[in-house]
Amino acid sequence: MTQLRRLFLAPASLTMGVLFLAPLAIIFVYSWLSRGVYGGVAAKATLENYQRLFDPLYAVILLRTFAMAAVATLGCLILGFPLALFISRAGARKNLYLQLVILPFWTSFLVRTYAWMFLLRDTGLINSALQSAGLIRAPLPLLYNNGAVFLGLVYGYLPFVVLPLYATLERLDKNLLEAAADLGAKPWTTLTRVVVPLCAPGFRAAALLVFIPCLGAYLTPDLLGGSKTVMVGNVIQNQFTTARDWPFGSAVSLLLMAVVMVLLLLLIRRNGEELI
Amino acid sequence: MKRGLALYAAAAYLFLHIPLLVLAVFSFNSSRFTVWQGFSLDWYRAAFHDPQLAEAAWNSILIAIAATLFSTVIGTLCAYGIWKRDAKVLSGSLYLSLVTPEIVMGISLLVFFQWIFRFLRVQLGMHTVILAHVAFSLSYVVIVVMARLRTFDATLEEAALDLGATEWQAFREITLPALAPGIAAAALLAFTTSFDDYVITSMVAGVDSETLPMVIYAMARRGANPVVNSISTMIAGGLGALILFSERLRKS
Amino acid sequence: MGPVLELRNVSKHYPTHPAVTGISLAVNRGEFYSLLGPSGCGKTTTLRLVAGFEEATEGDILLNGRRINDLKPYQRNVSTVFQNYALFPHLTVRGNIEFGLKRQQTKDIARKVSDAMDMVQLNGKEDRFPGELSGGERQRVALARSLVLRPDVLLLDEPLSALDPILRKQVRAELKSLQRRVGTTFLFVTHDQEEALSLSDQIAVMNGGRLEQVGTPQEIYLRPASRFVAGFLGAMNWIDGIGIRPEATRISRSAPNGDARCVPGTVQHAMFLGNCLHVETILHNGDRVVAEVSRLDGSFESGENVHLWWNPADELLLPRVLPHEVQ
Repeated sequence: MTQLRRLFLAPASLTMGVLFLAPLAIIFVYSWLSRGVYGGVAAKATLENYQRLFDPLYAVILLRTFAMAAVATLGCLILGFPLALFISRAGARKNLYLQLVILPFWTSFLVRTYAWMFLLRDTGLINSALQSAGLIRAPLPLLYNNGAVFLGLVYGYLPFVVLPLYATLERLDKNLLEAAADLGAKPWTTLTRVVVPLCAPGFRAAALLVFIPCLGAYLTPDLLGGSKTVMVGNVIQNQFTTARDWPFGSAVSLLLMAVVMVLLLLLIRRNGEELI
Repeated sequence: MKRGLALYAAAAYLFLHIPLLVLAVFSFNSSRFTVWQGFSLDWYRAAFHDPQLAEAAWNSILIAIAATLFSTVIGTLCAYGIWKRDAKVLSGSLYLSLVTPEIVMGISLLVFFQWIFRFLRVQLGMHTVILAHVAFSLSYVVIVVMARLRTFDATLEEAALDLGATEWQAFREITLPALAPGIAAAALLAFTTSFDDYVITSMVAGVDSETLPMVIYAMARRGANPVVNSISTMIAGGLGALILFSERLRKS
Repeated sequence: MGPVLELRNVSKHYPTHPAVTGISLAVNRGEFYSLLGPSGCGKTTTLRLVAGFEEATEGDILLNGRRINDLKPYQRNVSTVFQNYALFPHLTVRGNIEFGLKRQQTKDIARKVSDAMDMVQLNGKEDRFPGELSGGERQRVALARSLVLRPDVLLLDEPLSALDPILRKQVRAELKSLQRRVGTTFLFVTHDQEEALSLSDQIAVMNGGRLEQVGTPQEIYLRPASRFVAGFLGAMNWIDGIGIRPEATRISRSAPNGDARCVPGTVQHAMFLGNCLHVETILHNGDRVVAEVSRLDGSFESGENVHLWWNPADELLLPRVLPHEVQ
C-alpha cells in the first residue's frame, strides 16, 4: 500500500509545496530585502521593513485591525449564539433552518458585500427611502466608515460562526440539561451554568474561526470602508499594487501570518483537541 | 424563553436574507435610481449584451472548470492517502492554507509567479489564475472527501483484497463508488469558491484574463451602474443553487 | 500430505503491546478448526496474520507447505468471512459473489455463481442488494462469495456474533453441515465455548496472546490442561484445589456410600433454570460449590445441611497459576 499511497499523495504534496509553501518562503526572503528601483526587490538585505511596522502610522492600522476584528467577532458571537440555540431546539426543522443560514454565506461574498453598498450609499436604498418618506433632507453618510465595515464583517461572517456554535451545542449531552432541570435549575440558570461552560471550547474555536478572516479582511474594508478605516489587508494589497513596495508588503504579510499562527497555537493549547 | 428565541431567530434570518433579496428585487427596477418605478428586464438584457461581461463570464467558467478538475482529482487522491496514514507536513500545510488570509495567498502567489517568470517567457494569465485557484481550493476538497471517508467501512477494502483485488483495484471498484457523492459535493464546492473569488484572482490575473468578480468589483467601485444588480442576482442565485445541490449530495 | 495450514512459532508484537506470542499449530485438510478465547486473547490477530492483513513479527506461516509470510492478501489462497460480512453495498448479491472470480478472470462465472448460491441456499436473490437482505442471508452471501473461490482455508471471524441468539443456533447447525458438504478447511474464531464445542474437530484455546491447549472438544472439556481452560470451557467448582464440574457434583441429604468423595455443606439457594436446578452451597471453609441437578432429583431449601459428593474419576487436578506466572 505504501507505494500506491505515496503516488496518491505526490500531486497534492507538489501542489502545496510549489503553490503555497514556496511562495510563502519567497515573501519571507523578500521581507529582508530592499525595494527595487522600478518596483520588485533589490538584493540588499535590511531590517527596515520590520522596523517600519512600529511606525505610528502602521501601528495605528494594526491596532485598528485588531480592534475591528475583535468587535466584529464579538458581534458575530452575540448575534450568532441565540440563533444557534434556536436551531438546536428546532426539532424536525433543524436542517431547514441550518440551510437557511448556510445558503447566503456560500452564494457570493462579493455580491453580499456589494449588497450593503447598495443599501448604505448616499444614493442607496436606505437613504432614498428615508428621503422619499421625508424623514431626512440630505443623505446620511452611512457608507465608508467603521460602522459600515463592522456591519459588512458581521453580515459576512455570521453564518460562518453559527455552524460551529450549532455543532458544539448539538454535541452537548441532552441528559445534562434534563438533570439540571431535575435539580431545580430555571432555563436561564441551565444556560449560564451548564451549557455555556461545557460548550466553551467549541465557542473559542468558533470565535477564532471568525476572528482570523476578519483580521485578514480585504474586500469588506476596501468596498465599505474609507481612507480612515484602512485595515492590514488593504495595506498589504496596496504595497503590491500602487505603492510597489514588495519587501514591506511581505513583512506586513508575515506579521499577519505570525499573528494567525500564534492564535491557532493558543487555541490548540487551550482546547487540547483538533480544530477540524 | 422559547417565544423570545423564535422572534430573535426571525429577525436574524431577515438580517441575513434581506440585503440579497432587496438587491434581487431592484435588479428588476425599470429606473436606474433606488426608487421603485416598475418592473423591467432592461438590466438583464443589458447584462447579456455586454461583450466585456460575456468574455469575463466565459473566463470565469473556464477557470472554474479547469481548477475544479485539478483540485478534485488531486484532493481526492490526497484525502485517501492521508486517511490511510496521516502525512503530517501535508496535512499541516493544507490546514495552514485554510487559515491563511486570501490577500496573503494572493500576493505570495504573485511574487512567486513573477519570480518564475524570470526563467520562463510567460506572463500572468488564465494559467496563473487556474493554478492559484487549485492552490486555495485543494484544502476544501480534502476536507469534504475526508469527511466522507470517515463514514466509509474500511473492512470493505480488506474484503476486496481478500478476494483477490490489488490495492488499486480495491480503491477503484469499492472505495471510489462509495465516495462518489462526497467527491461530487467537493467538486461543486471547489467550483463555487473558484467562480466567486476576487481577492486572489485580482492579484494574479493578466490583462486578458478578467473574471466576472473582477468586473463586478470595478462596477461596484465606480458607482451607479444598475447592471451590476442583475449580474449579482444571477450569480448569487446560480451559486446558491449549486451549493444547495452540493449539500444534498454530501448527505446522500 | 502434511497439514494444509501450519503456524510455526508465530508472534505479532506491536510497539505498544505483544498481540500474539509463539503460536504453533497445524490444521489438517477438511478440518473444522476453532480458535477459542476471551476478547483480546489474540485469536482475531492470528486469523488476520493468516489472511495477510497483518505481518508476523516472528515465525512462519505455511500454506500447503509453502511459506506465505511475504505474500499479500490477494496472493494467498485463503478467504475471509468478516464479522460484519463486509458485503459491497453498491453491488448486488451476484456482483458480490462474482467479485473474486472476476479478479481471476475465470470462465464459466455464471455457472460458478449459481453453484455457490445453491451451496448456501440463496437462490432467487441474485439481483438483490445487501441492504435488502436479513442478517442470516447476508452471512450466506459472505460464505458463498468466499467459497466460490475454492480457498485452501476459509477464515471465519466470529461470523455468528452479529445474529440474534435464536438464529445463531440454527445457523450454527447449517454452518456445520455446509462445511461437511463442501469439505473446505474452516479456521473459525469465536469467544463462545458452546459454539466451539459443538462445531469443531479441533479447538485451540488462547489466552493473553498464547496457546493454552489444543485438542478435540472432548479432550479440552474433560481434560483441560490448565485452570484457565477448565474455567473458560464451562463452570467449575474448586474444592481444596480439586476441580469438579457442577454437572458432576451430586447433592443429597444423607451421606453417600461407596468410594465417592464427599464434603458437607449448607444450601444458600436453589435456582430453577427450567431444565435443571442450580443449587448453590457454601462449605465450612467458605468455598462456594454449585451442584447442577435434574429437577427430578427433588428440591432443596435454603439453610439445609447437605452432602456434596462426586466420582473421583471426574476430578480435575490443575495447579493454580502462581502470581509471577500471570501474563
